[in-house]
Amino acid sequence: MSMFKIFDVSGSAASAQTQRLNAVASNIANADTVAGPDGKAYKARQVIFQTLMMGEAGAAGVQVAGVVESDKEGRRVLAPNHPSADAQGYVTYSNVDPIGEMVDMISASRSYQNNVEVMNTTKGLLLKTLQMGQS
Amino acid sequence: MQRLTDALDFQSRALVLRSERQRLIASNIANADTPGYQAREMDFANALRQATGRGGIGNANGNGNGDGTGAALATTHAAHEPATVSLRDEPGLLYARHSQDAVDRNTVDLDRERATFVDNTVKYEATLRFINGSMRSMLDAMKSVNQG
Repeated sequence: MSMFKIFDVSGSAASAQTQRLNAVASNIANADTVAGPDGKAYKARQVIFQTLMMGEAGAAGVQVAGVVESDKEGRRVLAPNHPSADAQGYVTYSNVDPIGEMVDMISASRSYQNNVEVMNTTKGLLLKTLQMGQS
Repeated sequence: MQRLTDALDFQSRALVLRSERQRLIASNIANADTPGYQAREMDFANALRQATGRGGIGNANGNGNGDGTGAALATTHAAHEPATVSLRDEPGLLYARHSQDAVDRNTVDLDRERATFVDNTVKYEATLRFINGSMRSMLDAMKSVNQG
């Protein structure tokens, strides 16, 4: 029965969206992190999605191909009295763009909902198929 | 005996194709955020015609084998080699036409996919009801008068 594959397809997509949401949560949590003694602040992370073919024709799931760190320069703020200030008196914050992360969060959550809806609908159809000829 | 199950046979093939289409749309929705993914779509009417051996578009000019297991590519020139495509792997899968370009070359139109998904769900249930209905009327016809 080819419809069972839908749970694999939508499940893999939901899991990938969860990882994306996880990365967004880390990024937003670290939006105001300052650089440590080594001068390296938190870098924004982004997951890369990839199509995962699942054997049967037309069944294409999603997998996370990897997590990349943004190499954008961190935000530098002049605060000579800050304990983490460098020799010039600047504090380096993480390079997270909070607005972009919020947009990413909404997008990931909507996609997750779509996949859950697909799974629920498919479950209903399969249960009705099980009752075929019984009514 | 054959004539008894003929109607059921057609509906069951339609049901299998509906479930395959459901899987296809689920894949499109799953890959709505995957860069470079090309949305797939199924020509349902043609696939059903081929699955029930009633001749698809490729069979219309007599090039098809007509047994419902393979679709023939149309030959428009005498030098063309007749080639058959196995329906078992790809039941007439096409690439969906996309309405607007995306920067990441993803061609999934999520609104259309959701609408198609609901449409396919309703039609799957309709096919199920047709099967249940024809089974019930067959069972009713088998009952003798005094069985009630």
